[in-house]
Amino acid sequence: MNISALTIAAAQDALRRGEISSVELTQGVFDAIREKDSAIQAYLTVDAEGALREAAKADERRHKGEDSDLLGIPIAIKDLINVTGQPCTCASKILQGYKAPYDATVIAKLRASGAVPAGRVNMDEFAMGASTEHSAYQITRNPNALDRVPGGSSGGSAAAVAGGMALGSLGTDTGGSIRQPASFCGCVGLKPSYGRVSRFGVTAFASSLDQVGPITKTVEDAAILLKAIAGADPHDQTCLDRPVPDYRAPLRDASLRGVRIGVPKEYFIEGTDPEVMALVRQAIDKAEKAGAEIHEISLPHTEYAIAVYYICATAEASANLARFDGVRYGYREVGADPSIQSLYDLSRSNGFGQEVKRRILLGTYVLSSGYYDAYYNRALKVRTLVRQDFQKAFNEVDAIFCPVSPTAAFPINSTVNSPLKAYLCDVFTVPANLAGICGISIPCGKTAADHLPVGLQILAPAFAEQSLLCTAAACERELA
Amino acid sequence: MNDSSSSADIDIAHIAELAHFKLTPDELENLKKDLDSTIQYVQKLFELDVSNVEPTKFGQPVSNVLREDVVEPSLDHDTVIANAPDASDREFRMPKIVE
Repeated sequence: MNISALTIAAAQDALRRGEISSVELTQGVFDAIREKDSAIQAYLTVDAEGALREAAKADERRHKGEDSDLLGIPIAIKDLINVTGQPCTCASKILQGYKAPYDATVIAKLRASGAVPAGRVNMDEFAMGASTEHSAYQITRNPNALDRVPGGSSGGSAAAVAGGMALGSLGTDTGGSIRQPASFCGCVGLKPSYGRVSRFGVTAFASSLDQVGPITKTVEDAAILLKAIAGADPHDQTCLDRPVPDYRAPLRDASLRGVRIGVPKEYFIEGTDPEVMALVRQAIDKAEKAGAEIHEISLPHTEYAIAVYYICATAEASANLARFDGVRYGYREVGADPSIQSLYDLSRSNGFGQEVKRRILLGTYVLSSGYYDAYYNRALKVRTLVRQDFQKAFNEVDAIFCPVSPTAAFPINSTVNSPLKAYLCDVFTVPANLAGICGISIPCGKTAADHLPVGLQILAPAFAEQSLLCTAAACERELA
Repeated sequence: MNDSSSSADIDIAHIAELAHFKLTPDELENLKKDLDSTIQYVQKLFELDVSNVEPTKFGQPVSNVLREDVVEPSLDHDTVIANAPDASDREFRMPKIVE
């Protein structure tokens, strides 16, 4: 079974027709991993035996007459989402050996729809990074060019799909961590609106920004996965009780005719690779030819978004990561003169990697006495301004088109010495997280010289996933 | 505390202590450099007048999400303790706290 080019929708068709079984499909994923992953290094751990057992159960459910878009489909899982009995390291040394005692709600929902959690994929440690180079375990390579990063933090999720080693995967997006790797690897990556998908059982980075979402080969597959994981959860009160529509059904008839598309001038600025800019412009032109109305709009507080994000996100992270203290789980070091103080200090200092420590220190600083009002509180207020920018824009347009990242995938080891420079690359993705809206990255072409994929980012109002996916599906057809 | 603060006054050793990190002098120096440049960058937030702006504290504006007060099964004790780096008799083991 060659799964390289297989979409979730096509695999499901084959399962329904009885051409393959879920066990064969899942075995196909493991064959692909064995064949290709020594070069790409997308997977951290694979429980083939467990997954094949789940696949057999899915086949049994089908024999009994059950049917769903995900029944028997293997899905790769980012290594910060808890799956009972499996490791969940967050690509950190501090969680080496940890085994999840329960399923995250998104996993429980996947299981209910019959999907098979197929393996754990690499990421930047605790989702802090945009290249997957900040993993304590391995560097994942971009399947399009092995000397390039796959993006991050959900780099393993994107590389597994792009490398033909997963039909689809789950990632998380706090400041672009689904959309940017999808763009770098040539996949579709959807960040749902804040509150659309439960965060229960997903290791928290920044709780007011984190969302789980799919990385897939097509918009249709993203719609299938979103429908399965979205919806209220009594275990996460920030996950809103709103109806979950059939995101897939209207995609076939989706059209760009009459869709009002905003093009924010602040997203087409100096410093963005001219080739990236040209490919995104070209996609906008194609949308216009297909009947969309193009409006130039302004999101005037865009230039403050990075500053707001790196204060809010690190402040929340410094609190969330306080739980890693070497007491209840994970890495422990006590030193020569054991005390509770040395246990905390040594376990954390030697368990966390450099980027995580950097961000915890920044977050600790902006929350510390004397600086809380100056930085944290001010950032929360500017976050309101960023949010209002989008509210005003969406009074006039249905969707916003812009780049995902200022560049295509960059070479491995090229940003390590300048953390601030790396942070600035998140400029086009963090505003959506700050505003709580939804966004998607779809492939819109490749660079001429290096043939690196470039993504088009489409943003829509909070809980407008249905129209976002329709616009994306119509664009995907125009760009094909 | 003034509106803006100079990054030169960051007491990195104090911040590391608050975060429960024990860092080498080299590590402290490098992390201070990174912290300095980031704090310098975020000074741009002081260009804006935010005196009449409400802070955004949550991802979506919701409050008082309630549920029925019913007992649900919780995690199995042995499964949870199995993740402890050091445990004895179903309890987490720690270094001596009281002399």
